[in-house]
Amino acid sequence: MKAEEQNGVEHLQHERLGNGGRRSAEELLGASIGMDVDAKRLTDPIPTIEDKWQLLPAFLRVKGLVKQHIDSFNYFIEVDMKKIVKANELVTSDIDPRFYLKYTGIRVGRPERTDADAADRTITPHECRLRDLTYAAPVMVDIEYTRGRSRVIRKGVVIGRMPIMLRSSHCVLAGASDDEMALMQECPLDPGGYFIVRGTEKVILVQEQMSKNRIIVNTDNKGFMSASVTSSTHERKSNTYVCMKKGRLYLKHNMISEDIPLVVAMRAMGMTSDKEVAQLIAGVDPFYLDLLSPTLEEGAASKLFTQRAALDFIGPKAKSMGRRPGVARRPAHEDALDVLANVVVAHVPVNGSDFRAKCVYVAMMARRVLQSVSDGNKTDDLDYLGNKRLELAGQLIALLFEDLFKRFNSDLKINVDKVLKKPNLAREFDVFSQLMCHGDLITQGLVRAISTGNWSLKRFKMDRAGVTHILSRLSYISALGMMTRISSQFEKTRKVSGPRALQPSQWGMLCPADTPEGELCGLVKNLALMTHITTDDEEEPIRRVAFALGVEDVALITGAELHAADAHIVFLNGLILGITRAAQRFVRQFRVLRRSGRLPAFVSIYIDDHRKIVHMSADSGRICRPAIIVDGGVSRVTSEHVRQLLAGELQFDDFLRLGLVEYLDVNEENDCVIAIYEGEIKPYTTHLEIEPFTLLGAVAGLIPYPHHNQSPRNTYQSAMGKQAIGAIAYNQLNRIDTLLYLMVYPQQPMVKTKTIELINYDKLPAGQNGSVFVMSYSGYDIEDALVLNKASLDRGFGRCQVMRKFTAMVRKYPNNTFDRLTGPPTFQDGKVPERFQFVDDDGMAPPGTRLENGQVYLHKQTPVGDDDGSGAAGGSALTAPSFRSVPMSFKYPDPGYVDKVMITTSESDQTLIKFLLRQTRRPELGDKFSSRHGQKGVCGIIVQQEDMPFTDRGIYPDIVMNPHGFPSRMTVGKLMEFVASKAGAIKGELQYGTCFGGSKMEDMCRILVENGFSYTGKDYVTSGITGEPVGAYIFNGATYYQRLKHMVADKMHARARGPRAVLTRQPTEGRSRDGGLRLGEMEKDCLIGYGASMLLLERLMFSSDAFEVHVCGDCGYIGYKGWCQMCRSSKSMVPIKIPYACKLLFQELQSMNIMPRLVMEDI
Amino acid sequence: MALEDRNRVVVLEDRVENVSGADFPMGVDGQDVAFNLEGFKDTFDIRIVRITPTDIEFDLVGVDASIANALRRILIAEIPTMAIEKVYMINNTGVVQDEVLAHRLGLLPISADPNEFQWKRPDSVPTDQNTIVLKLDVACGVNRAAAPGETDPRKKYVNSSVYSSQLVWDPKGDQEQRFAARPIRPVHDDILITKLRPGQAVTCELHCEKGVGKDHAKFSPVATASYRLLPEIQILEDITGDDAELFRSCFPPGVVEIVEAKGVRKARVANPRKDTVSREVLRHKQFEGKVRLTRVRDHFIFSVESTGIIPPEELVTKALDVLMEKCDIAKAALARAVKSSEEDE
Repeated sequence: MKAEEQNGVEHLQHERLGNGGRRSAEELLGASIGMDVDAKRLTDPIPTIEDKWQLLPAFLRVKGLVKQHIDSFNYFIEVDMKKIVKANELVTSDIDPRFYLKYTGIRVGRPERTDADAADRTITPHECRLRDLTYAAPVMVDIEYTRGRSRVIRKGVVIGRMPIMLRSSHCVLAGASDDEMALMQECPLDPGGYFIVRGTEKVILVQEQMSKNRIIVNTDNKGFMSASVTSSTHERKSNTYVCMKKGRLYLKHNMISEDIPLVVAMRAMGMTSDKEVAQLIAGVDPFYLDLLSPTLEEGAASKLFTQRAALDFIGPKAKSMGRRPGVARRPAHEDALDVLANVVVAHVPVNGSDFRAKCVYVAMMARRVLQSVSDGNKTDDLDYLGNKRLELAGQLIALLFEDLFKRFNSDLKINVDKVLKKPNLAREFDVFSQLMCHGDLITQGLVRAISTGNWSLKRFKMDRAGVTHILSRLSYISALGMMTRISSQFEKTRKVSGPRALQPSQWGMLCPADTPEGELCGLVKNLALMTHITTDDEEEPIRRVAFALGVEDVALITGAELHAADAHIVFLNGLILGITRAAQRFVRQFRVLRRSGRLPAFVSIYIDDHRKIVHMSADSGRICRPAIIVDGGVSRVTSEHVRQLLAGELQFDDFLRLGLVEYLDVNEENDCVIAIYEGEIKPYTTHLEIEPFTLLGAVAGLIPYPHHNQSPRNTYQSAMGKQAIGAIAYNQLNRIDTLLYLMVYPQQPMVKTKTIELINYDKLPAGQNGSVFVMSYSGYDIEDALVLNKASLDRGFGRCQVMRKFTAMVRKYPNNTFDRLTGPPTFQDGKVPERFQFVDDDGMAPPGTRLENGQVYLHKQTPVGDDDGSGAAGGSALTAPSFRSVPMSFKYPDPGYVDKVMITTSESDQTLIKFLLRQTRRPELGDKFSSRHGQKGVCGIIVQQEDMPFTDRGIYPDIVMNPHGFPSRMTVGKLMEFVASKAGAIKGELQYGTCFGGSKMEDMCRILVENGFSYTGKDYVTSGITGEPVGAYIFNGATYYQRLKHMVADKMHARARGPRAVLTRQPTEGRSRDGGLRLGEMEKDCLIGYGASMLLLERLMFSSDAFEVHVCGDCGYIGYKGWCQMCRSSKSMVPIKIPYACKLLFQELQSMNIMPRLVMEDI
Repeated sequence: MALEDRNRVVVLEDRVENVSGADFPMGVDGQDVAFNLEGFKDTFDIRIVRITPTDIEFDLVGVDASIANALRRILIAEIPTMAIEKVYMINNTGVVQDEVLAHRLGLLPISADPNEFQWKRPDSVPTDQNTIVLKLDVACGVNRAAAPGETDPRKKYVNSSVYSSQLVWDPKGDQEQRFAARPIRPVHDDILITKLRPGQAVTCELHCEKGVGKDHAKFSPVATASYRLLPEIQILEDITGDDAELFRSCFPPGVVEIVEAKGVRKARVANPRKDTVSREVLRHKQFEGKVRLTRVRDHFIFSVESTGIIPPEELVTKALDVLMEKCDIAKAALARAVKSSEEDE
């Protein structure tokens, strides 16, 4: 049966392939776009593909959202890691030439626990979270080395532990069913894609940067037109520029202290003939030759006609690198040659002394500069998304691992040398023991980098802070939003709008709404719903295919041919491959091969017509998204395919394999004509969007009818949706997080979007559907304040819980003393102090205890230090040490409950106790709420139900919202949500407010009318206070309201008297320290301006740190009461009041040999 | 204002007109119409339209909005009932936290006659006269009788869901005799309180106290209580033919009927009471000037949905009792005020 199905699919695939073949034949014949379309076909009614959006959930099952993180990490573990080891496989010794150690393989095991005596070594991520462990797996290498004269092979030597990304291929959650996930206490809806390091969940944010190894032409900061390339190889990263100064071209590089005239540089690379240089740069085009002539003349004027002469010229200017002390200085020309070969445009390989490829590349750069000088439009747009690459967790960890592995090997070598240096070894030297004692380097390096977020790699001059962030678990959406976030490398202080602006090329790739406000606006972006980020593909097969399709190798052609009128230069990953004389055909054939699965799906190809270049890319970090292929004005995906998809006969990858859908990266997308709807397909259309609403990201996808809102409102909601309290995960009650907000009765929104279903927001919602009346009520609703119905709050509306974690370590100390937990202390009469009343004999308050402010939940005692404790005990080690109580007490004004107590051991084998304390809060005055349209407001008043207005049907509002919120905000989407959810509530079904679609207002209004409501959504309402009708019809409906995390209970603060800082005796600062409210600079100025000197004195001194000092009227120094130590007299001591801080200043000045004197005068 | 409009609220397309009555109840602006008990007796009327064990719909005709509103407000907020006020949690190992469970329990309607109980002041001790004790003691276990491979938790486990029926009344003092006729129990048996899984248990003692809806919604004896004014549809000009059909479709079924007279189909208002005032008819151009929607200002169609603790008809009389009590207080206060002002003079 199964085999039959398989056959069916294969058969179908065969058919499609055949079809594709036929099409390709047509294409090969040059039936170019728009020329050969059947006229009859055009008149046919356009068949719409029903439910083609179903491709989206199918896509999300294999790619998208957080899959790029996981894919990238998998790529690192499975491919990149092996490559890194392969590149650094040999460790040799300077001392013993016979010694070598060779890594023959590397692999990562399954996550394991580190506890010494554990029988079951498997560990779950949740255990790591709870016990503050690192979720990591051992990295094992196979080695081959010499021991004495024999060769030893060892397999599976552990060299460190690699933190494992959750849900990656090496995670225990990979492929687990929902039941298995539940057994591991993991939420099946949790996206994964983060690490657990020392118990905290850490995300490596996607980093955006300029693409490597590509020529970018732009005016530099001095205003010169220049072409720059950031070369990146495994060895180094360097920037090379070709720029035009005063009409002449120069080569510029950090390693060369001066700008080198281009012709001289070319000569140094062996291209001595002016003609050759001119041809490579300008071809035979007189226009470019004219532009180039000043450069050539300068070259001639330099009188450096041979390669050696040019090298000698460059040599002294080159900053030679890595010269070891003791080694004789090389001649200058060798320095120059070295720099030119290995540093200048380092990614272009130089074989021996064959610099031709590099010459052609530099010439190409020069040509691009000339092009841009002659036509300003031909400069590159730095903000164009096609010029950007995204760096993912896998790549970043790969860099780190490579660095650590190299360090590991060099340390190993140093140690090996150290041992082998000893003249006569007692035993044959076995490197295995050395290998074992370096185990911590890699582990610690990885863990430290991930937990601090500091990526500092000297080799790549990379010193980035803030690469990782703690995964925000405020709500499910905030966690998901974090996984799709992209942070930019641009410094935020620069006042340029370019990098922040919304780029047209972001369409469908990055969410246009989801970006923070303020300083990071536009720099932090979010992926759209249907994007994928590529990983590296092998170059070699692509190169072979390109040559097979008629690309002429660049090594075999001259400059004249290179720039011939009919030739397009072919680039692969930024390297010149050759030329093609039939670019359109080449590209078409290439795409046919890719669509048929002969080339990787993520390889992109496009023609740059302006510069006559064909670009092929297979590098990592390109943003791409799938689109339906259209040819001849017909979509390749048909309703039949969608039916098969729904029936489970086809998966998304089958659509790729059958050539129905393909991935387009930004550059290739730019070369396509993509129709948004079937109706818009024209004969020249190449692709069809799968669904337009995918241009929004996961967070902005929650907004119903966002296409009717003013755009900033969607941005505001994207920021606020992350602060909404709701359900976090299915395992939320098993988690012990520092701070956790949960809603008691969350509801899924009445007006959903397709995105909501796709990202499972309906299963882990954050908000409630409230009955909302839009009317003015009571005057406590101005400035967006909301009026809440008390009865609704009584019944549980907006109720939420706050869980806080408190940790305590019960330590063992090296001197054999240890912390202990004890029962409550007692008074003489045996009574337990009030604040200790809930502490059990084990020193802990049990779960369920209700704690009031100040009550103790953990009674820990620590041994008193040696100097005072043992001294009292007579210094005997045998006497029991004395202990000091360090109780932990509840420090919040509202009572809380002990939710959970966990006792475990940490990684360092110390006892770890975690308390989870819970508070349940009903909304109160000042708590913040928001709808899904960026309309936030605080609760202004809570009104009795009977005072609320009501409709004819007896419907009372939960929330009354002031209508002034609408005119200036223009959130029409919210109005539509009102109507749609009202209709949905009446009809008993959920409605959709999907972007660019959703339930039609006409249908919603019809439902309202059919059920006896006004189509406007406005109803006749009676005032609950007067009992008379309200003079206006009141717009009302159910609307999804989010409770935001900002609550009065967490913020309210006042103080009359309280703690003071020790040093200055001034009141402490901040709510957490019960601080005073500062009379600040500006307030001070007000009082001065007003002349209220006594008030000023009171505020700044008497209410703060007044201090009485006795000053000597003779010498002006501060003395004792009635005695001046300076004058040795008590004659003229005067008591005065000054701020303590002032007294402190005087004393500090005195300590610096500055003598301040106080001069006394009568007033 | 036209004379006939004096008693009407006019429903226009974009607003409601003639919203307020006079400055004093039952009065007419600019006219001195003293309250006349005989006249009031003439016009006043209460008609019960529909009554079920939980709902009542009745017409209150001939009173001012303030009186009707007072009745509604009292129904919601001021009729006392018994509800769970204190939960003594002895054991709770379920996933629902103590305070959430207590909140859920508090909202259960408890069938007990509040008249039989006294108010409990915060400082007074619980007695059989002011407190009802209920007990909940449920533990979940595996159902051995369940078929192997059973996945439905209701069959697989015992007590996987805790329902209100599992609350047990613990009579104190003479409560057993006093309530022999109507034992105290939750109104509904099928309210889900919490869910449990094997090994989890809930044991608690619940104390019910007397309270009113303005303190907490759980004491409110009504699910909702509201009223609307009697709608009135005046056809000013004959509406015939297809327009009549359209006219009929603008109202809920039964409001407008079509009568055929001399071969002409004509719309006629049959039962305006059923109208929901959707104003749909005012949208159509062809009815402009032909129809006028109004509502009778002193005809209140009351709808009271009881939570089941107190039968709806009793609710209304109780509400009136409370209203009268309030009037007595007001009367006494008024008398004192008059007296003191007389003394001042």
